[in-house]
Amino acid sequence: MPTVTMTVNGMERSGNVEDRTLLVDFLREHLGLTGTHVGCDTSQCGACVVHVNGTSVKSCTCLAAQADGAEVTTIEGLANGTELHPMQEAFREHHGLQCGFCTPGMVMSAVDLANRNPDPSEHEVREWLEGNLCRCTGYHNIVEAVRAGAQAMGGGS
Amino acid sequence: MSANGSGIGASVKRKEDQRFLTGRGRYTDDINLPGQLYGYILRSPVAHANIGGIDTSAAMAAPGVHAVFTGKDMEGVGSIPTGWLIHSKDGSPMVEPPHPALAIGKVRYAGDCVAIVVAETKRQAKAAANLVDVDYQELPAVASIEAAEADGAAQVFDEAPGNVCYDWEVGDKGATDAAFEGAAHVVSIDVVNNRLVPNAIEPRAAIANFDPATDEYTLYTTSQNPHLIRLLLGAFVLGLPEHKLRIIAPDVGGGFGSKIPHYAEEAILTWTAGQLGRPVKWTCERIDAFKSDTHGRDHISTAKLALDADGKFLGLHVSTKANLGAYLSTFATCVPTYLYGILFAGPYTTPAVYCEVKSFFTNTVPVDALRGAGRPEATYLLERLVDKAAVELGMDRVEIRRQNFIREFPYQTPVALQYDQGDYDATLDLALDASDWAGFEARRAEAAARGKCRGIGISTFIEACGIAPSAVVGSLGARAGLYESGSVRVHPTGSVSVFTGTHSHGQGHETTFAQIVSDMLGVDFAAVDVVHGDSAKIPFGMGTYGSRSLAVGGTAIYLAVEKVIEKGKKIAAHLLEASVEDIEFENGSFTVAGTDRSTSLGDVALTAYVPHNYPEGLEPGLEETAFYDPLNFTFPAGTHVAEVEVDPETGEVDVVAVTGADDVGRIINPMIVAGQLHGGLAHGIGQALLEDCIYQDDGQLATGSYLDYTMPRAADLPSFNINHNTTLCTHNPLGAKGVGEVGSIGIPPAVINAVIDALRPLGVNDMTMPATSQRVWQAIQQAQG
Repeated sequence: MPTVTMTVNGMERSGNVEDRTLLVDFLREHLGLTGTHVGCDTSQCGACVVHVNGTSVKSCTCLAAQADGAEVTTIEGLANGTELHPMQEAFREHHGLQCGFCTPGMVMSAVDLANRNPDPSEHEVREWLEGNLCRCTGYHNIVEAVRAGAQAMGGGS
Repeated sequence: MSANGSGIGASVKRKEDQRFLTGRGRYTDDINLPGQLYGYILRSPVAHANIGGIDTSAAMAAPGVHAVFTGKDMEGVGSIPTGWLIHSKDGSPMVEPPHPALAIGKVRYAGDCVAIVVAETKRQAKAAANLVDVDYQELPAVASIEAAEADGAAQVFDEAPGNVCYDWEVGDKGATDAAFEGAAHVVSIDVVNNRLVPNAIEPRAAIANFDPATDEYTLYTTSQNPHLIRLLLGAFVLGLPEHKLRIIAPDVGGGFGSKIPHYAEEAILTWTAGQLGRPVKWTCERIDAFKSDTHGRDHISTAKLALDADGKFLGLHVSTKANLGAYLSTFATCVPTYLYGILFAGPYTTPAVYCEVKSFFTNTVPVDALRGAGRPEATYLLERLVDKAAVELGMDRVEIRRQNFIREFPYQTPVALQYDQGDYDATLDLALDASDWAGFEARRAEAAARGKCRGIGISTFIEACGIAPSAVVGSLGARAGLYESGSVRVHPTGSVSVFTGTHSHGQGHETTFAQIVSDMLGVDFAAVDVVHGDSAKIPFGMGTYGSRSLAVGGTAIYLAVEKVIEKGKKIAAHLLEASVEDIEFENGSFTVAGTDRSTSLGDVALTAYVPHNYPEGLEPGLEETAFYDPLNFTFPAGTHVAEVEVDPETGEVDVVAVTGADDVGRIINPMIVAGQLHGGLAHGIGQALLEDCIYQDDGQLATGSYLDYTMPRAADLPSFNINHNTTLCTHNPLGAKGVGEVGSIGIPPAVINAVIDALRPLGVNDMTMPATSQRVWQAIQQAQG
């Protein structure tokens, strides 16, 4: 089995994986980073969104081999120790999560939006989140959280 | 009780969030046990077939495979039970066919469990499952209510002629018929309540383990009610005593009713772990979740309302046919009966109400509770009918509702319920004001100038939550009690652990319940932890559904805290050398009334565990448990207003404004309550406009993935305008009613009434859910001729 090596949350990680291994399975099963979730099998729900080289990617739709040599950030790598990232803090402050299952993907997706657009409108946030499903919140508080988080990030991080 | 910084009434940030936001939640699929094997459930690809035989030899020989089990292997195991016995009009019990965990001889829906393949890895198990050779001898299928009741229809069960499970009724038919005889107006309606797939974003999963050292089974499972699973799985299916079966429902990623039932997979996994002596893990793929998670709704109804010349309701007659799917799931039979028919008084004084429900078996996924469970179906029918009556009688849609409101409480409805309290005028007025109902015609005209058809719709509704009391539900056929337990353990140094039999899968119990206890005991919010989801830690519980957690579970905790305070007073009296009757407790201090002599809860707790100077005859320790069996249902109520714009060229419906004015009883955490309302509203708008579970005639699920089944996405929804008017529930000390299902109950008829209001100028007078652009466009074309 081929070896893949990538920098995950700032640490170099390697593993021997089958060619067909998805990035999400590498993260969850090989590295034990279970914060990245799997909610579907058609690349629709977005619970698995991580950053690959700074861009949000559905890790269920990316082979581990495709991320060979890449910088990968998962939800576990976003906070600075116990200090939440501004987007995480905004989700907490605005009650942008309930069961928490879609949350890692939502937050990672939102950080990518904020990096591109420091002051997204409600409409822009709703359009951006097209690839992230939430069944709990009705999106209302997620939208508020993403806008506040983007502001708090001060135009990109 | 007062709203301090973290007490009752404060929007405290949630305790749960730190772990969920940092990826440290612990959902079932995140858990791995040493030596664990992986199970793959092989499901029937066809809706109805005899099983001629199953050849597992090739699968058994595949790499990594440890075992393949079929229905034959599990033949001695009990049937998956259902929780509610319904009796038909003639007094006969419902037809209750067996539900083997793994199909025996016959499969009855596409998705029915046929075999489990256990291997070293997930992929090996799935690959080997492809090698299981099942001889399906296909039979004609019935995939809808219409097909099930047709002459000569295929029979799902031989013992259920005509595929009928029961033919139930509630209310006084004679009195209702008489009301129609003298009526000035009769308004009729036919409605379909579309079948939905619950779609919690976390797929179901389970890990079962058997420990030969203790003979104890442990099952991690994605459940809303772990003790209920222990009861059903242990006592009914596998014959395991409670002390040898531990059910853990850790963090659960949403339920919405679909994680109430005891599923076949839980029994299969647990039994298999016992056979192999190794932990076995199974995680449902989404594609299998669509065809194995219980579905919701699926009613066809016809109803008529009798009115006098002034628009006063005289009588209501409802006939409903409900689809139960292929087997009776845990709450399947009570959802279309005791959670549906008894809702038809709504907020109105209709003196005579009658509802009959005939429920059918079909070759489809079992149907069970889904957010609202019966109450959305009832509310949708009633509020569509009331709107239609207003139009046909030429009355104002608001006034026809207002003039029929119940205003005196307690109010005994003609369909069993007794409402304890409410103020329907107040929520109506609040909603009209907050939605600027009066200013709507100007907005309609402005939209028309842009080529859009704008409409506004309303629904005024009640719901019944916290199903109770146990003696009553027992007399109606429930096979369990519907109480709740709460335990409060004050530790020696004054921190507190709270144990609840409810389960939080998004509702924020760890926060809300801690607020109650912190407030009542005067203990720091941070010093209170709430424990749930483990049958080995919690005395007992019935779980979370029916918006019962705060009203029933919160009250149990409240009563346990009261017991703690009572015991604390005895200890304090001893320490303060006063009489117990003179001890008052407030803000964490026990004080001798009228003096400044006091001692803290912390000192009392320490004394309870280090009882050197202690009241004679009193047990050490400071921990109390309460079981609370409510006296009645609770009755949240409210008014929802939806405003839509329809593009007549495309049929696209845009929900531009949603206003809720709700009475959910005492609000502990307004932030969490608003979140619950938002989620319910989104679910309800999804049903009204987007979501539809469609079966082909042959029983194949046509909407079996997120590519085919339209889930509401952020851009499909507006922001929500939430308002409250509170009346307190009179029969629980918190005054709590419930909030989890309000949105999905109240908003669907408001949305459809708004769509019809928008399209009425084009000649459209009816609309079926979901009002997709295709359906709306077709309705416009037909109306325009």
